[in-house]
Amino acid sequence: MDKIISGKNIGLTDEGFLKDFAQWDKDIADALAAENQIVLTPRHWEVLTYIQNEFKNDVPLSIRKIGKSGIVDIKEFYQLFPVAPLKTATKIAGIPKPVSCI
Amino acid sequence: MEDKGQIKKMMIIQSKATLENVYACFVLANGARMEGIEAEIFFTFFGLEAIHNKKLDHLHVATVGNPAMHMPTLLGGLPGMEALATSMMKKEMEKIDMPDVREFIEILSASGVKLWACKLAMDMFHYNREDMIEELDGILTVGDFYKQGAGEGTHMLFI
Repeated sequence: MDKIISGKNIGLTDEGFLKDFAQWDKDIADALAAENQIVLTPRHWEVLTYIQNEFKNDVPLSIRKIGKSGIVDIKEFYQLFPVAPLKTATKIAGIPKPVSCI
Repeated sequence: MEDKGQIKKMMIIQSKATLENVYACFVLANGARMEGIEAEIFFTFFGLEAIHNKKLDHLHVATVGNPAMHMPTLLGGLPGMEALATSMMKKEMEKIDMPDVREFIEILSASGVKLWACKLAMDMFHYNREDMIEELDGILTVGDFYKQGAGEGTHMLFI
């Protein structure tokens, strides 16, 4: 499934995750955030950058890992991305959907 | 908005405190929140041990009456078998990044899962609010819990 996001043709999975991180940029993040009723603040960006770094280092993401990251605690993570935080944050960050159940 | 019968809230009744049942409950509740679904847990009868401050760190796997353990019932009943099976299971859980019971409760509470204790069972076991975890949201009657579950897309689960 392809979709025009911030003027670019982007390949997405059925669930709306970017197929190729190389297509990601900050404008696309803003557009994906808006689709999820989120306006990205510097605090959001700290979390998104952390998530992208973990992905680049092949570290599997989970809610527990986020809570232990030292970047954000679980409560604030849910405040920043209120609905399905890990899914929403990874989607905005342009990385694949995490497979973790915890 | 189109509904499609989506699950919006999971109301889980936790009546047991064997480790495998508590984990099942916690993973289901946490998994709901991770999908944007609300979740509440009502701890009743032996389930209360999972939120009792002095007991929750010492929950055990059931080695008797559990055919999937592939352990003869007589052997499962020997002293120390439950502790052995429990420590083996805890090691495996740590490997897959599963938090222990206390940390899991903190995660659930921080994720917005409501944790309730059953009033009748609290009275029966002579437990007080101070005996229970700080994260407890309150002590409810069954009627109160049903009221909490009001709304479309609510599902109830008994463990």
